[in-house]
Amino acid sequence: MSTTVDNATIKSYRPPVIEISEEGDELLEVAMGPHHPSTHGVFRMDVALDGERVIRLKPVFGYLHRNHEKIAEKASYLASMPYTDRLDYFCSLTNNWAYAIAVEKLAGFTVPERAEYIRVITAELTRVQNHASAIGFLLQEMGASGTPLMYAFREREKILDLFEELTGSRMMCNYMRFGGCRVELPKGWIEKVGVLVAGLPQFIDETEAFLTGNEILMARCQGVGILKPDLAINAGITGPMLRATGVNYDIRKVDHYGIYDRFKFRVPLGDHGDIYDRYMIRILEMRESISILQQAIKDIPAGPIMDPKSKIRGFRPKIGEAYGRIEAPKGELGFYLISDGTGNPYRYRVRPPSLINLTVLEDMCLGQNVADVVLIFGSVDIVLGEVDR
Amino acid sequence: MLGEAILKGLAVTAKNFAGSFVSEERMTTVQYPEERIAPIENTRDFPVLIYDGADPMAGLRCVACQICEKECPPKCIYITKSADKKPDYVGKPQFYPTRFDIDISVCMSCQICVEVCPFEAIKMDTEFELSTTDRFGGLLFDREQLAKSNEYYHSIHPTEAAEVDARLAEEKAKTEAKAKAAAEAAAAKAATAAATPKEAPAKEPLP
Amino acid sequence: MSFIQSMDQIFITLQHWIAGLFPLWLQPAVMAILAVVAILGAFPAIFAVTTVLERKGLGRMQNRLGPNRVGPLGILQPVADGIKSLTKEDIVPFTADGLVHFLAPLVLVTAVFLGFAVLPIGRNMVLVNMDAGLFFFFAIGASVELSIFMAGWSSRNKYSLLGAMRAIAQMISYEVPLLLSSVVAVMITGSLSTTKIVEAQSGFTGIFPHWYVFTPWGFAGFILFVIAALAETNRSPFDLPEGESELVAGYFTEYSGFKFALFFLGEYLGMLSIAGFGITLFLGGWGAPFSFLGFIPSWLWFFLKLFAAISFFIWLRGTLPRLRQDQLMNFAWKFMLPMALLNLVVAGAWRFLGEGWQRWIICSVVLLAAYFLLGRTLMRHQKLGPRSYRYAE
Repeated sequence: MSTTVDNATIKSYRPPVIEISEEGDELLEVAMGPHHPSTHGVFRMDVALDGERVIRLKPVFGYLHRNHEKIAEKASYLASMPYTDRLDYFCSLTNNWAYAIAVEKLAGFTVPERAEYIRVITAELTRVQNHASAIGFLLQEMGASGTPLMYAFREREKILDLFEELTGSRMMCNYMRFGGCRVELPKGWIEKVGVLVAGLPQFIDETEAFLTGNEILMARCQGVGILKPDLAINAGITGPMLRATGVNYDIRKVDHYGIYDRFKFRVPLGDHGDIYDRYMIRILEMRESISILQQAIKDIPAGPIMDPKSKIRGFRPKIGEAYGRIEAPKGELGFYLISDGTGNPYRYRVRPPSLINLTVLEDMCLGQNVADVVLIFGSVDIVLGEVDR
Repeated sequence: MLGEAILKGLAVTAKNFAGSFVSEERMTTVQYPEERIAPIENTRDFPVLIYDGADPMAGLRCVACQICEKECPPKCIYITKSADKKPDYVGKPQFYPTRFDIDISVCMSCQICVEVCPFEAIKMDTEFELSTTDRFGGLLFDREQLAKSNEYYHSIHPTEAAEVDARLAEEKAKTEAKAKAAAEAAAAKAATAAATPKEAPAKEPLP
Repeated sequence: MSFIQSMDQIFITLQHWIAGLFPLWLQPAVMAILAVVAILGAFPAIFAVTTVLERKGLGRMQNRLGPNRVGPLGILQPVADGIKSLTKEDIVPFTADGLVHFLAPLVLVTAVFLGFAVLPIGRNMVLVNMDAGLFFFFAIGASVELSIFMAGWSSRNKYSLLGAMRAIAQMISYEVPLLLSSVVAVMITGSLSTTKIVEAQSGFTGIFPHWYVFTPWGFAGFILFVIAALAETNRSPFDLPEGESELVAGYFTEYSGFKFALFFLGEYLGMLSIAGFGITLFLGGWGAPFSFLGFIPSWLWFFLKLFAAISFFIWLRGTLPRLRQDQLMNFAWKFMLPMALLNLVVAGAWRFLGEGWQRWIICSVVLLAAYFLLGRTLMRHQKLGPRSYRYAE
């Protein structure tokens, strides 16, 4: 190897020929990411292509790892609550609720009724804005130049304004506490939620008019990225992805956590398990959330919002373990806590739905066009904060 | 089917385009920084220390109990307790923080310090335009920068400040009532001690 | 000449007056140069306005303002963009083929400007009155594809090459429906010259014009032409070659600075020129839509129609998602080509059925029936369709 760089060397330079021979074929290996034009976060997919078809796909993540679980081992239970906001940063209130459920199981707190109603209202509002944004992002990747995304964000802004009034912050709400909610509802908040919920069906109708029968959308989404129900069950997929394959599993109906038994709502199921089904399931779930919200706003009782047994400082649950899970908008979000009697948990584990749902990405993408890989990835609806924690 | 959904989609877009000129619902842009949205009352951005009265350092409600320092999740509060006691706003000798620094580049606005403070001394501000070009100390706020008056607190969070004042007044009334009762009891005891004649101590046989 | 007529011919008068200042032997050259300068000045100005219009139009469709800081209502944004692209470093990859890399944007811009030569912008206002103007336009349009290939090949980047290949495949597939749909206008007019096509549409029955778009075969031809034009200029929903930045950043990855600006310019000018051509063929060129509006100058009508076409393109871009490459090609070969061929037959039948309302009915029915049958067969073949969902119980 010559160490002098002179004109002759430069002129005679030829770029090295990269030979990628795999089983005799030449596969084109592409790394898609970590800078994605489609904004799901920093995520890389190592794709091996044969022409247009995907032969192999390896997801690589960890670019957003922030040591959430290790920090929780050193911090108190209360101090971990603001960190859970940042897991799935779109849906901070449902993250808070899952953690609160886990700790309440550990410590044996009971949540008063008004707090349960408030939790349901905030969780369903979170679900609406998450599904709207997920659909917007999916269409953004499909090239609709951001129009449905902007409409979704217009509604999301209204919901975030409500969250700011209630909790003080738009996205990092830090609102649930062990045994209830942190602060009482401000005056007039429920009325504002009522006004917003009254305007939501019009937004969903507009989105559906825009999208559902659209031939281009159908051509790109139907029959693409099919997930079979038995593979989904074996891989532990949960959430709208699972229901799009036809498996009837909604944790709100299975676990009967909170007061979901009091509300009448249906669980939509798909038949094909492709991208179009996932998109439609999200739209139908938004409509069901609206109906839950209307019922909850009507029935919310007066009363306390915290369990009197719970303590803010110096909280030391007894020795034991607990797993608390909820139906987060992205799937089953679970927290597994082992307490050793001190103020810090011995082990704190998050079951992130986005990560578990990503494990079948390769199976869904095999044999598909490379242009569809991004769409399939978008239809899983992940947030990197949850995947990497 | 067959193209009519595309036409429906075009109609939706056209409606939004036309609507963006006439209705505020369809044109949601607020041109910051010339226009600003009215801040929502409950907003929380970064903590500040509240003082009563005119002198910031003397009137600080904080008594350096260091509870907020312990509970802060990212540990962005640094407190040094004083060795002596100084009279506070009502004249009672209290410890005070000789150093109270908050690193707002670390602070995540979680409001736990406000929740755990027993003295209503630290509250959340609504100021967020705090960017600075000083990399190394510009975002480390010390006691003087953090002290904000009670009137300022009333102006940014009226309902909350009213509740806090009511609570503090109630506590003050309770302590005053207790002090008055104790003073009355002591005065009564002194009065009875003075009223009874001086008795010689009981004669006990010397060991 | 009356005032209206003089307004209509104002640019021609101006051209003759300036040429009159020169000696006789120079006059033809001066007239040609003036016309070329006018085109070189007017259309890039329209391009600048189009970029602002696009960003603001897309913004308004998305419930937001577009750019509004540079100049009143953001009108001077292209100036800022131009300065930005001119002052950026011009990076040429080390192993790239330097000459071809340099020539590709130039070929694009030259080809596109040449296409403007046969557009009749107003009455008597066409740069070159060719007998085979249509032929010339499409031949020039094909060299646009050459420039794309030059760009992709010279970058020595396998991704740009792939992107260029895709773009060329798309453009070649859509050339066929584009040409076939414009042949109907030629058939009925009987001439390849663009001026004659416009003149054939300049009559009125009552107040309604004789534009070809108001006939069944013209309407079908127009729709096909518009779709093919979108695909030719790589506009949404056919912008896969440049929008697919997931894998391939497009054939102009390796271009930066002024060369990128030239590509951008070439693309938009191509859009303007093909829109102008569609207006010439089907929308009556510089003719007024109603006979009582004839007092508005002809060149103004042309620019108004151009503005309407551009707005329509922007509207489509803001609404529709992208088609995938193979779906694009399927659409071209399996749907548009048969429809275009059928349209030719229908146009011929129109001519031979003679005047009367029968030919309207017959031609419309044939075209609609073909559209529905073909569309339904294709959708069913790919198993696409609306679905209904069940709820768990």
